[in-house]
Amino acid sequence: MRKTPIMAKAAALLAFFAMTPIGANAGTSDIDVENAWSRASIGTARPGVAYMDIRNAGDDPVSLVGLRTDVSGMPEIHRTSTDGSGVSSMAPAGDVMIGPGEVVALEPGGLHAMLMRLQAPLREGDSFALQLLFSDGSEVTVMVPILGIAARGPNG
Amino acid sequence: MDGLRPIPLHSMSFRLTDHEGYDVDPETLIGHPSMVFFGFTFCPDVCPTTLSDISGWLDALGPEAQALNVVFITIDPERDTVEAMAEYVGYFHPAIRGWTGSVEQISRAAEEFRVRWEKIPTEGGDYTMNHTASVFLFNSAGRFVSAIDYHEPPEFAVPKIRRALQDKKEGTK
Ligand SMILES: [Cu+2]
Repeated sequence: MRKTPIMAKAAALLAFFAMTPIGANAGTSDIDVENAWSRASIGTARPGVAYMDIRNAGDDPVSLVGLRTDVSGMPEIHRTSTDGSGVSSMAPAGDVMIGPGEVVALEPGGLHAMLMRLQAPLREGDSFALQLLFSDGSEVTVMVPILGIAARGPNG
Repeated sequence: MDGLRPIPLHSMSFRLTDHEGYDVDPETLIGHPSMVFFGFTFCPDVCPTTLSDISGWLDALGPEAQALNVVFITIDPERDTVEAMAEYVGYFHPAIRGWTGSVEQISRAAEEFRVRWEKIPTEGGDYTMNHTASVFLFNSAGRFVSAIDYHEPPEFAVPKIRRALQDKKEGTK
């Protein structure tokens, strides 16, 4: 069947959105996300992780309150901390407030998106969509590239 | 870091298995400088970061690092079998060995290295581990030289490793 011009246009538009690395806001908050990355997994038994910088470019504070992604049955924002005697631990971080103009970094050894119950292995070279859910009801979709297991940052 | 430091290797008595199935014990390490740290392969954040940091330090040291034993000991032997360790360490620097053992032997090793660990249940019947994330350096006589804190920058870590490589002092009894 031949496409009508309108259908072709819709398809092109869909392709454009699919290729856009960082999705548009569903709500009103003014959030920019940069430097997103994840590590490849070995199978699905071990939890995955994602890191990124989240900037609140708006005039009001906003809190990151949750995550959603098809790759994880239980995505959660976690914080790793290391105490004075060198013992590291990890626990759910609760809501993460981002003040106006501030950047919150999800980075190794600090905050991270913990991707428990992986639904499929995270393969190096692929990417997946991760929705960040904010206190004002807005959502931001981030495309997260999957780097190697030994990656140290967004550039590998 | 508080005052806890590993006892000398020649005073330790643990017996473990490396990721190729060989028996290992403190004697395996004595005779060369060693870098030892504890973690678990189900750790998504701290442990891959430490393994990647170590890979970077070894790359920075180049041929100097060839004399160094580099050992990752799991504190989660229930999940980290020999096969799991082999698969995991294969993704990092080839010098890194992965050691595991029975819960009793791992507990003994952790005690001798003065490593603290605790199993923490999480939602849905899973668990995670809190553990000492420092990297311990020993000289070739098996004496503890220094520790590298978790995620310490390479400009501090690499000179510490160099000092352990060059430290020729005898082990203390
Ligand atoms: Cu976590």
